[in-house]
Amino acid sequence: MDPVAAKFIGAGIACIGMGGAGVGVGIIFGNYLAAAIRNPSAAQGQFGNLIFGFAITEALGIFSLLIALLLLFAL
Amino acid sequence: MADPIHQFQIVEYFPIAKIGGAEIAFTNSAAHMAVAVGAITLFLVGATASRSLVPGRMQSAAELLYEFVATTIRSTAGSEGMRFFPFVFTIFAFVLTVNMMGLVPYAFTVTSHIIITAALAITVFLTVLFYGLYRHGLHFFNLFVPKGVPIYILPLIVAIEVLSFLSRPISHSVRLFANMLAGHITLKVFAGFIVLMGSALGAIGWAGAVLPFAMIVILMALETLVAFLQAYVFAILTCIYLNDAIHPGH
Repeated sequence: MDPVAAKFIGAGIACIGMGGAGVGVGIIFGNYLAAAIRNPSAAQGQFGNLIFGFAITEALGIFSLLIALLLLFAL
Repeated sequence: MADPIHQFQIVEYFPIAKIGGAEIAFTNSAAHMAVAVGAITLFLVGATASRSLVPGRMQSAAELLYEFVATTIRSTAGSEGMRFFPFVFTIFAFVLTVNMMGLVPYAFTVTSHIIITAALAITVFLTVLFYGLYRHGLHFFNLFVPKGVPIYILPLIVAIEVLSFLSRPISHSVRLFANMLAGHITLKVFAGFIVLMGSALGAIGWAGAVLPFAMIVILMALETLVAFLQAYVFAILTCIYLNDAIHPGH
């Protein structure tokens, strides 16, 4: 296979991993919203945990984006 | 179209020394780090120069920063973790300032180079390792043996725990580095779309380029959030790892 073509295909495949991070972020915000509707008074106290969980989960998606970007630009 | 990776290029300003075959030079990365450290020092010294019971604006900001880091440490590593306050505060203030400076157009993002974040993460890792061994001796290795695990799956659990402990500096450093790198590349790619549309389609293109421009404004807000959050995450993970050194067998 042409190495350039293989590079682009590889970058595309690497981006599939971001789907997992998308599911994770959705679960975090969905569960937060569900819990916040049940008990709105406790919601504000958990906002820090929400953002922390979001940042940790989002980072995993960024890892696969990083692989794609490295394939496209750095290698 | 300009290369979106170009912004991460290290530029040598002047050479300092030559050790073996490697040249040590003052680079744009070093200059930005020096400016960041200078800015933090100036801010904290200036804010606390005239200490008053009722704080002014500057003193309030400095106290806010102190309280924020102190609360984080107390809630994750307990009050004993406060002996690491200077360490965590330094890391948080440095990473936060450097991340925020990177958002300024034409500025260099120091944390988008893995050598910087890896150096910070390895410092944290070694601090945890040596402080844990110094304080608890061999009991520190209780960290790898969780309580209440059946004996027949214990070897597997210990192997996983050791592996996860050893991979901490990698995930700790790559998380910050990858977030900054990917965020800044995304910004530049969208900025490239504006130029691309304008130069390819003429007047209609420039009018249509409002869309990617609006996207950049939104992304910039997101990047500001990410710059703060990743500094916070880096600091809170440092606290969690230090907690393992202080209370290994919990």
